[in-house]
Amino acid sequence: MEKVVIDAKGMHYTPLNKQVRQAVASGAKEIEINNVLGQRFIADGLRGDVKITINGIPGGDLCMFMNGPECTVYGNCEHAPGNTMDGGMIVVHGSAGDAVAHSMRGGKVYVRGNIGYRGGIHMKEYESKKPMLIIGGTSHAFLGEYMAGGLIMVFCMAEEPFMQDRGIGSGIHGGEIVIRGEVADRLLGVGAKKVEFTETDLKRLSPVIEDFCSRFNIDPAPLMNTNYTRIVPSSSRPFAGKYTWE
Amino acid sequence: MCGIIGVIDRARSGMDGSGIKKALSLMNERGSGEGAGYVAYGIYPDFPDCYALHVFYDNLVEPKKKVDDLLEKWGRIVHQEEIPTYEQPGLKKQHIPWRYFYKPHKDLKVGSSSPEDDLVKTLVMDINSRIEGALVFSSGINMGVFKAAGWPEDVADFYRIQDYKGYIWLAHNRYPTNTPGWWGGAHPFNLLDWSVVHNGEITSYGTNKQYVESNGYKCTMFTDTEVVAYLFDILGRRHGLASDMVVKALAPPFWDEIDEMPERERKINHAMRLTYRSAQMNGPFAIVVATSQGIVGFTDRIKLRPMVVGENGDKLYISSEEAAIRIMDPNVQNIRMPRAGEPVIGRVIV
Repeated sequence: MEKVVIDAKGMHYTPLNKQVRQAVASGAKEIEINNVLGQRFIADGLRGDVKITINGIPGGDLCMFMNGPECTVYGNCEHAPGNTMDGGMIVVHGSAGDAVAHSMRGGKVYVRGNIGYRGGIHMKEYESKKPMLIIGGTSHAFLGEYMAGGLIMVFCMAEEPFMQDRGIGSGIHGGEIVIRGEVADRLLGVGAKKVEFTETDLKRLSPVIEDFCSRFNIDPAPLMNTNYTRIVPSSSRPFAGKYTWE
Repeated sequence: MCGIIGVIDRARSGMDGSGIKKALSLMNERGSGEGAGYVAYGIYPDFPDCYALHVFYDNLVEPKKKVDDLLEKWGRIVHQEEIPTYEQPGLKKQHIPWRYFYKPHKDLKVGSSSPEDDLVKTLVMDINSRIEGALVFSSGINMGVFKAAGWPEDVADFYRIQDYKGYIWLAHNRYPTNTPGWWGGAHPFNLLDWSVVHNGEITSYGTNKQYVESNGYKCTMFTDTEVVAYLFDILGRRHGLASDMVVKALAPPFWDEIDEMPERERKINHAMRLTYRSAQMNGPFAIVVATSQGIVGFTDRIKLRPMVVGENGDKLYISSEEAAIRIMDPNVQNIRMPRAGEPVIGRVIV
């Protein structure tokens, strides 16, 4: 089936999402949505094998609960794209707001620019499901807050010094955060610790770096020949003594 | 959850209210139809030096007689009229919005460096706490608040805000969570030149309320945001702090951040935290405050509410969502998200 094109100008998100679902139900493999401005919940809960292109600024909770589709945004995102996403992919050719990849369970979120506060808050993993949040620019505070699993990478391609915001991995009890450059100890949140980023780590993560770079047409070489900081949980129960008595 | 947006034209070019109505309506998901409001500066060029008192009356008999008597005792009513409103099917008219253009007799207030402001402030507190059926919800010079319990577009059409031209506009779409939705509880909150729109909750309300009450203010709106207007009046007008310093007092840096500052800065921040301990605000918030001289936006220190900033020439926009700015101004530039507690300031340049 051919590409389905939707003009979202002035449209509420409910009819917009109905059109998207109809297109997927009738077998569309490609959907282009133009003039998007602030419509929330686009592609929420959507399943299937479809590529969605969004031209404009989608509203909050883009691709929430989504499983399968690949969604490319030519513009910035508001809060929480990839909220509790199950599988599939979001590629943002811009920046995104707070709580990106909130509670994400699987799939990938790539952001070319920066993200706001609490990126990857409570991301989690289970067996083969391992979500990834990859950031080309930088992140504000509380990155990976209460993180329970998955991978967050921050390439800091526009910022010098690299990472400036505090509370990284506050309450982290699973998963890993990898940040380009040195990260000052005072920026680590409660329950997070730095460990050495080894050659094995680089080897393991190079396919991720290469895939990210190919999506945005970036030369991967500077991201391969550089140093990273790896941040992991200091324990699986950072607040064991805080709320319970044994 | 609420939606806020503010815009200033730093060269004081007038903008009518149609743009901000569109922007606020775009964020309808952030409200519940129980409160919306707008404030604009520079809208009363025919009365450029009168206090514009906007009052909600329950009826025009007893409460209005009492207010008229009180105002005439302390000053001169230059002009008064019902604020023009236009019936909307989705909005129930619960009060009669009225406006006075007023000049207080400053000779009647002694021992004050700003006697007219102090007189008007006292009158507002008196009317709102003592005269049943009357509520002054706007009391600055050449500016005015327009608000009601309803959706943004209904409130805008009720007052026809497109008929007003201001160089600063703030707007708010309310989703009341722990206090009732009513006309007086809609934002913006105003006292004298200060207007406030706020998304979030002030969990330090008890402490802040005590602080403003001990400074002669009375909280009468049944909601937390009004203390922000009074805090700005105390710190900004009466203590003469610049707006970035007011923000530093209300949303100060953490102690460990202060410890790392160079000595001079550390001393200032230390003193500010100690002096204004009871003015410091806790809880999640994104706030925009306006005066006739400019706007300032800031969030709580751990950024529990969104705030986006954009610019286009003389115009500076502060909003909960980027899309709301873009629908007002498709050519907006430099979209960014300020850090928590960082004041974003737009001042008039002429």
